[in-house]
Amino acid sequence: MASLARRRATDYTVKLISTGFAALSLVFLAWILWTLLARGLPALGPHVFTKITAPPGAGGGLLNAIVGSLIQIGVALAIGTPVGLLCGTFLAENGRGTSVGNAVRFVNDVLLSAPSILIGLFVYQLLVVPFGGFSGWAGAMALAIIVIPVVVRTTEDMLNLVPIGLREAAFALGAPQWKVVTFVTWRAARAGIVTGILLAVARAAGETAPLLFTSLGNNGWSISLNAPMASLPIAIYQYAASPFEDWVALAWAGALIITVGVLTLNILSRLVLAKMK
Amino acid sequence: MNFAPETSIDIASAVNRATAPSAEPKLKVEKLNFFYGDNHALKNINFDIPEKRVTAMIGPSGCGKSTLLRIFNRMYQLYPGQRAEGKILLDGADLLGKQLDSTVVRSRIGMVFQKPTPFPMSIYDNIAFGVKLHESLSKSQMDERVEWCLRKAAIWEETKDRLHTSALGMSGGQQQRLCIARTIAVRPEVILLDEPTSALDPISTSKIEDLIDELKQEFTIVIVTHNMQQAARCADITSFFYLGELIEAGPSAEIFTNPREARTRDYITGRFG
Repeated sequence: MASLARRRATDYTVKLISTGFAALSLVFLAWILWTLLARGLPALGPHVFTKITAPPGAGGGLLNAIVGSLIQIGVALAIGTPVGLLCGTFLAENGRGTSVGNAVRFVNDVLLSAPSILIGLFVYQLLVVPFGGFSGWAGAMALAIIVIPVVVRTTEDMLNLVPIGLREAAFALGAPQWKVVTFVTWRAARAGIVTGILLAVARAAGETAPLLFTSLGNNGWSISLNAPMASLPIAIYQYAASPFEDWVALAWAGALIITVGVLTLNILSRLVLAKMK
Repeated sequence: MNFAPETSIDIASAVNRATAPSAEPKLKVEKLNFFYGDNHALKNINFDIPEKRVTAMIGPSGCGKSTLLRIFNRMYQLYPGQRAEGKILLDGADLLGKQLDSTVVRSRIGMVFQKPTPFPMSIYDNIAFGVKLHESLSKSQMDERVEWCLRKAAIWEETKDRLHTSALGMSGGQQQRLCIARTIAVRPEVILLDEPTSALDPISTSKIEDLIDELKQEFTIVIVTHNMQQAARCADITSFFYLGELIEAGPSAEIFTNPREARTRDYITGRFG
């Protein structure tokens, strides 16, 4: 039997090692954020939000990219949220233990971990090639395919946390299933469901690969979903690879904007969850 | 001579002696068998439940009493693999048959569960939810209905000033009385109570028992309980279930003082279960 001193030493060592590795992983996160702030903050200015893409040295901004991202994410959300919500609801309310349910859940898990460039190529074949050109619609559709599996998964998980007894109580009053789901189960799980949607937005906001083959990017001002559309991730990709100092600075500014946006959404979703509980 | 099967107990005459005036039973269970998959959980149950009386079902865990309760409002139909054979007549109409829709059956036969199950909404909306399923009332009619059922459930004084706050902020005993109010609000004919006080403290329990006594003026009540004193206190009729069979049923006074069956006597004297 190990002596007390030895057990204490083992405990101390294990604590030290795990704390060390936790710190190590945080170091990289802090490093990334620090670099982003150090390079992005000086590059930020009114021109970033008011000017569109311009030739190097002409003082362009990111307005078209920011608006393009917002439009494509908005459309992706409008398509992806209802599909994901209803599919997740099906899995939790009707699909438990059924072969259809298991198949849908498996496919959704595959989609959840599919490389996003594959989703870009898929939409390229589906919406770009047949319609003869890159478009905002195609970009939004690719982002919707990113959004759907996230929403499906979180919706199902959150609905599964709602006690069976609550559903039975609603059925016992003579409620048909659709009313049990919409008035009782969704309501009981709403904080978690909203959080899932916000996390899906955060995920879609940072994706570059699905947009490369779909909305392509646009150096001009265009808010038509039928034409190629600019977006922040693609703007960053283009600017960061350029040899021009002011373009590289804009890339840093864009990276900072996305990061702050995603961080805000994450914090917001935590606040929503905490408040609704 | 005519030999009835062992589990077929005609309690109508005994009930009538004890609880006149006589009437047709509100619920009449005929040759009921129930299966959880291959598990034969209830075996050839024949049982009459009289109108506007409290009928208690007692027995050890797994004896089938809760199962029977959940057949009365067709709750078992939510779960594939559970199946009932036989008849349960509600005022003469088979409620297991196709002619009655399950939502209609559940509006006529309400249920209160073991754990309080308030919906995540206001006290007022908890009650309005069930009422709106079956009736369209004006705002003032709904206000009246909410007050009526909260008074019936003896919780009006505690809730009248906070009708529009969340029901989740109430105590367990209050939540359970709200659940009873919510069930009454739909104006059912029968109220099923599945161990309604097992999660509550003695004071809340006694309030609910008083309430049950009040409610039987208007409603037929069936209660499953593990508490034999509770059955003796509240119920006009007590039935004893064991291993999926109805062993005996009769006026509570007789069951608790002079049971006909040895198994009933063993159970109520605490020799098993």
